[in-house]
Amino acid sequence: MAKVPVQFSLNGEEKAEFVDSGSTLLKVLRDKMGDTSPKGGCLQGTCGSCSVVVDGELRLSCLTLAETCDGADIQTTAGLASDGVLHPLQRAFMDEFAAQCGFCTPGMIMAAKVLLDANPDPTREDVIEALSGNVCRCTGYEPIIRAVLTAARSNSQNAA
Amino acid sequence: MAIRRGRGVAAVNYPTGMNLGGDPSQALVHSTPTGNFMVTLSSVDLGQGLKQVMAQICAETIGVKTEQVIIDTADTDTGPHCMGTFASRGTHRIGNAVIQAAKEARQVMLEVAAEALEVDAGDLETDGEGNIHVKGAPQKSISIFDTALMAHFKLGRSISGRGMFLVPRSYPEVETGAMKPSTCYAHACTVAEVDVDDETGEVTVVSIKNVFEIGRALNPKMVEQQLVGGSWMGISHALYETTEPYYPARDHAGTDFNEYLMPGPGDIAPTEIVVLERPAEDGPYGAKGPGEMCANPQIPALANAIFDAVGVRIDMMPITPERILRALKEQRATAH
Amino acid sequence: MKLAKDYFADQRTEELKELGQGLQRSDVPGHVTGKTSYFADRTFPGMLCLRMVRSPHHHARIRSVDLSEAERHPGVHRILTHKDIPHNLYTILILIQVGPEDEHVLAEDKVRWKGEAVVAVLADSEWAANEAAAKVRIDYEVLPSVLDIDAALAPDAPIVNEHHGQNHYMYDSGPSRKVRYGDVEKGFAEADHILEQTYYSSPIEQAPMETTGCIVTPDGNDRFTCYTNTQAMFFTLDNTSIILQMPGHKLHMVGGTVGGGFGGKVDVTVEPIAILAAKLTGRPVSFIYSRYEEMQVSSPRAAEKIVLKDGVMNDGHIVARQVWGYTDAGAYSRHSPYGAQKGAAHYPGPYTIPNVWVDTWCVYTNRTPSSAMRGFGVTIADFALEVQMDKLARLIGMDPLEFRFINAYRDGDMKAHRQPTTGAALIECMQEASRVASWPVAEKYMQMSSYKGG
Repeated sequence: MAKVPVQFSLNGEEKAEFVDSGSTLLKVLRDKMGDTSPKGGCLQGTCGSCSVVVDGELRLSCLTLAETCDGADIQTTAGLASDGVLHPLQRAFMDEFAAQCGFCTPGMIMAAKVLLDANPDPTREDVIEALSGNVCRCTGYEPIIRAVLTAARSNSQNAA
Repeated sequence: MAIRRGRGVAAVNYPTGMNLGGDPSQALVHSTPTGNFMVTLSSVDLGQGLKQVMAQICAETIGVKTEQVIIDTADTDTGPHCMGTFASRGTHRIGNAVIQAAKEARQVMLEVAAEALEVDAGDLETDGEGNIHVKGAPQKSISIFDTALMAHFKLGRSISGRGMFLVPRSYPEVETGAMKPSTCYAHACTVAEVDVDDETGEVTVVSIKNVFEIGRALNPKMVEQQLVGGSWMGISHALYETTEPYYPARDHAGTDFNEYLMPGPGDIAPTEIVVLERPAEDGPYGAKGPGEMCANPQIPALANAIFDAVGVRIDMMPITPERILRALKEQRATAH
Repeated sequence: MKLAKDYFADQRTEELKELGQGLQRSDVPGHVTGKTSYFADRTFPGMLCLRMVRSPHHHARIRSVDLSEAERHPGVHRILTHKDIPHNLYTILILIQVGPEDEHVLAEDKVRWKGEAVVAVLADSEWAANEAAAKVRIDYEVLPSVLDIDAALAPDAPIVNEHHGQNHYMYDSGPSRKVRYGDVEKGFAEADHILEQTYYSSPIEQAPMETTGCIVTPDGNDRFTCYTNTQAMFFTLDNTSIILQMPGHKLHMVGGTVGGGFGGKVDVTVEPIAILAAKLTGRPVSFIYSRYEEMQVSSPRAAEKIVLKDGVMNDGHIVARQVWGYTDAGAYSRHSPYGAQKGAAHYPGPYTIPNVWVDTWCVYTNRTPSSAMRGFGVTIADFALEVQMDKLARLIGMDPLEFRFINAYRDGDMKAHRQPTTGAALIECMQEASRVASWPVAEKYMQMSSYKGG
């Protein structure tokens, strides 16, 4: 199969790889670049576990061709903590006991991050809307919603 | 045509562990040279927090801090046998095995400390902060750190223990069904309140109030995780879920998360949870298995609330808007 | 969540230090940073992908299998059929002496449900495996099928599974697991009212976020490491050992954190064939269910049919309860004989009833084999029992919650399976529910206790 070059920034680091043409971003991140934080829950865009941020926008990496990300700025949950300090969302997911099996967690955190970047003071309805493409089977969602609201509050307190 | 409110109740119990027993689990515990403790299992953590609760059980039993306990599990080359993670058995069965192993390790630890302090092991106790001291004389003490070093490098003793828990298998008597299915049961009572739109058949869950009795909440935050998620799954089972919506016909079978229906973050019900604790005689520190029981009572409570609201009985799960509408149509036809 | 410490305070005497604390989970920092390792978070050079060719029919005879075109497909390394499996006929509960063996790892002469595995294709990519799987030609002769419990138990029904000989499991007690306590006929004769109702459920999927799967590596020393998300490590190892006729010491199962199970990962459907594939090819092999397979091929919670017949007095006492419970096992046993039997032990629910008669059946149909799910054997029973309780209360004009107090079991009460009740707490749960839901009941019920004589 023909290999194509892709080059993008992953969590601030420049990455370049030759990949099979037609490879999904999810596969390239996981198998080629060793970032297994995005998870393959359905590989058909219905569960949100593979969510990553591409140029500031939430994307399902299982439906995104790696070739289309050339030159992009890609962020995943694996790159969210800086210098070992957790992002307020990560801290809030811990404090609110919002993760059980943890499989949906990286995707949930990415979806929440895109929300908070655009809207630092979201309502509960905003949070629900932002998470509506992500499926969780363990928690019943309430702790996740609470975690996102908690993170937003801690962000605004830090800013104040 | 109107939105009609109704309320329903259900009360249930649930057995802990495999039906009829016969489901063993083992644990091994040993100390490192500096007095940390390793629990070796082959049990699987499905996300419910098995590793964390086992660490807390081991720490409680030995008398150290939980962070000093490491759980090594789910590897058949290193871990002793465990029947598996199912049947609400994890905390109960594996927890009991960990207690037994930890008690044996603690006994050795106290014997080593007794030799160091030149007292009887029976006169010693732990302070839970990493020290062993003579009862009533806290100044006569040795740290667990030093005790482990001494065991390893001076006395040549292994601070370790073996644990095994088995509820002997019960065989049902053929004609009467006399048997011992379980040694302890968790309990629940749920009150559900719903609004039913008698024009669309749509059900809105106004509130779910769950009372669960689980023996002992060994880690209340993790118990809460299970109960909140379980209550959501009960609602989901009652109103949404099936792989075959027209069972026994196989049409319209859901194949992904678009077609297989479950309540999303926008559909969750205001939920209240109260936990009661009646310790089980054979439970690890009294605990029973809460993981499965918590998803059951919401289903009949909702069915009963829907009847209370609109006067139709849907005796087939799931209780979909289509089924409610068909029943309402029949009800109106009979009324005329 | 609120801990209601007033109840049973006299029984909680132990002072706890590390327990009883809502300590943070040690695995959660890994979850929120994406560092927790799940079985599929690893790749190996030269790894092959396994894809199953599955039956499109509910019930059919296999006339012939033609692999020639698929074998020529680029990237295909090997295609496995039933002839490659050392001990192809298995049943998982044989480990606890629940037989007979009734299921093929790969189908031989027949398929008995839509989705049954027939041929396993191994290729160097998922694409190649999928494309090659589509080129496997299987000639089927479609047979009559039965898709529900009643049809399966009809006298002239086609036999679903010859290894059982009839369309239900045969217990040592006969076609059903029985519980007989008191005399239900006498109870019905004395009752003020009798109510007989039938309840149904449809199959339900466990739907864990992480699908069932495993990755196997040959270790080079005739041992195989299998990274798996099974819920039971040794259960999987021992069944694999039987199916592959491979000594257990050659097998190394490694689990870790599983992305949700809910009972969906207790069947042994991926590991044996993947380990065999690794052995026969000398390459690492991954076999991971697609979401479609997780939804429609992996065992769901069984559909059930439950008939409840109750005799009740005007004063609220239930004097007789008769139960017929039917579990739709699908084409093979898996854990269903166990689940149906667990139902028998669960009836008549947490109530003290003097006359009880229970029959639970495990019924075979040409459907996806069902198996364990959270609440196995009990969830649907509770739906039926508790809706029935509501109907009975209304039948005699009594408040549904008070009606349950009258019948609730207490310490010392004899259960239908002839064990005295211990550790009961139903009454207290209902008392607290009455309080939190503002559902008042008469004071005498609020004064009751689950303790003996309470």
